[in-house]
Amino acid sequence: MEDRLISIEGIAKRYPAAAGGQTTIFEDLWLRVGRGEFVCVIGHSGCGKTTVLNILAGLDAPSAGAVIVDGREISGPSLDRAVIFQGHALLPWKTVLGNVAYAVASRWPKASKAEIEARATRAIATVGLAGAEGKRPAELSGGMKQRVGIARALAIEPKILLMDEPFSALDALTRGTLQEEARRICRETGQTVYMITHDVDEAIYLADKIVLMTNGPGARIAEIVVNPLPADRRQGAIHHDPNYYALRNHLIDFLVSRSKTFRDDPPAGYDPRHPPVVRLDGGVAAPPLPSAAPKLRAVAT
Amino acid sequence: MTTTARLQALAVSALILAVFLALWQIGVSGSGPAQEMDPEYAKLMGATATQGKSAMPGPLDVGRTIWGHLRDPFYDKGPNDKGIGIQLAHSVARVGTGYLLAVLVAIPVGFLVGMSPLMSRALDPYIQLLKPVSPLAWMPLALYTIKDSGISAVFVIFICSLWPMLINTAFGVASVRREWLNVARTLEVGPLRRAFTIILPAAAPTILTGMRISIGIAWLVIVAAEMLVGGTGIGYFVWNEWNNLSITNVITSILVIGIVGMILDQLLAQAQRLVTFPE
Repeated sequence: MEDRLISIEGIAKRYPAAAGGQTTIFEDLWLRVGRGEFVCVIGHSGCGKTTVLNILAGLDAPSAGAVIVDGREISGPSLDRAVIFQGHALLPWKTVLGNVAYAVASRWPKASKAEIEARATRAIATVGLAGAEGKRPAELSGGMKQRVGIARALAIEPKILLMDEPFSALDALTRGTLQEEARRICRETGQTVYMITHDVDEAIYLADKIVLMTNGPGARIAEIVVNPLPADRRQGAIHHDPNYYALRNHLIDFLVSRSKTFRDDPPAGYDPRHPPVVRLDGGVAAPPLPSAAPKLRAVAT
Repeated sequence: MTTTARLQALAVSALILAVFLALWQIGVSGSGPAQEMDPEYAKLMGATATQGKSAMPGPLDVGRTIWGHLRDPFYDKGPNDKGIGIQLAHSVARVGTGYLLAVLVAIPVGFLVGMSPLMSRALDPYIQLLKPVSPLAWMPLALYTIKDSGISAVFVIFICSLWPMLINTAFGVASVRREWLNVARTLEVGPLRRAFTIILPAAAPTILTGMRISIGIAWLVIVAAEMLVGGTGIGYFVWNEWNNLSITNVITSILVIGIVGMILDQLLAQAQRLVTFPE
């Protein structure tokens, strides 16, 4: 059995609808994330991706079901689960160092001032912002602000890093650099990451597993795609990988068509408790097939 | 603004002042001695009737009076003749006391109202009802219950400073960005630490705006309050000089009240600048 860190067990989120009754954003959602895994969730707006992340963070509570983290059911926010917010959410009246040190002081309330500063400075250096400690968020570019957000999350050494489209507000060049650094840092520290994204290429580059969510209301996890790309992939070169286009096409096809039809027309044998795990083995690992089309193999967990 | 533009504005300001003073001087200067008046009668009537001199003092008269006050602002020659510095000190002390008491009440209550939707809704009718009441309307009630005119004036200042601070604090606290509160929640920050490290700095610019409005209102109200309670203070001084028909002193007081009000406002503006953060 894999070393399971997060286990989402049948959670649902319902809101009272305007004309009485209830709107179900998603229901019967099951997902397991192993320790050290990088999981990306993709799906259209309104499928409840952010709500799931907020439930994981403890900022929101599910209407049904439970989330188990490291063997314990979560009941609220915790320093074990750090969140990198979409809009960076830095405190504008504090400096870069002040923002990171605030998190460090929350994590280790008994630590000395020097120790807190040392930890914060180290986290700031990890994201490549050494020298900018005394600046205020307003003096930083969007990319630098997001780096501070990452430093703040990493500084508290969380078990899980939760990221809600952390790079979506950045320009393409900055986004690329930050993705690369995020991947490097997470691989070096063996960080477990749960990340939401709209960007298929971002998911392909960063994720070990890509979770596909159907459209809401009543969203489900349609399948979990295992990333077939080698672990030492480089951002500029992933499109040369023989599996890249098969994977990309699979994801795009899902977003374009299957995400809409899945709910009303689930594949035979679909079990929401065990969403099918899909491996795209068209590349080096599997024997070459006569046709170039990748073979889809559903594996129950 | 560039230096030239600033100099230009300064020049225009000086010009306006010069024109105003000149018109004032011309307006109040005499129209020449009245003709064919019995000298005995003229003695009885005084300069206003015989020399065509206006009862309104000119800028030079006011200037002389101001100079006189400045030379000796703190003299004390009995209850009805004190230096303008002493009068101002009394007014500033009353405003300061009432205002600080209002800060002590308004900011914690504002926090409560801003953080709790229940308290917000529960206290709203009282705030809405009491806010538009002229602070001077409280004066008889204060005099009856407190039985001390000086403390009653302080109470009136307290009441009038309360509402802008209370409402602004509540608004500032209630509109702290959700994401900053979420940062505190994910970091497991306790309620007291959250109040002081997230909510207070986030709401501080709004709170200071309320405090600045309050100090302005308090300074407006103290003049009227002291006219009523009498004894000491710049408001009493104005009314006393009106009874003395000393228009020069009344004009001097108007100037001095304006200057002190401006200083109070600037102090709060400076404090506001200290807590404002760019986003």
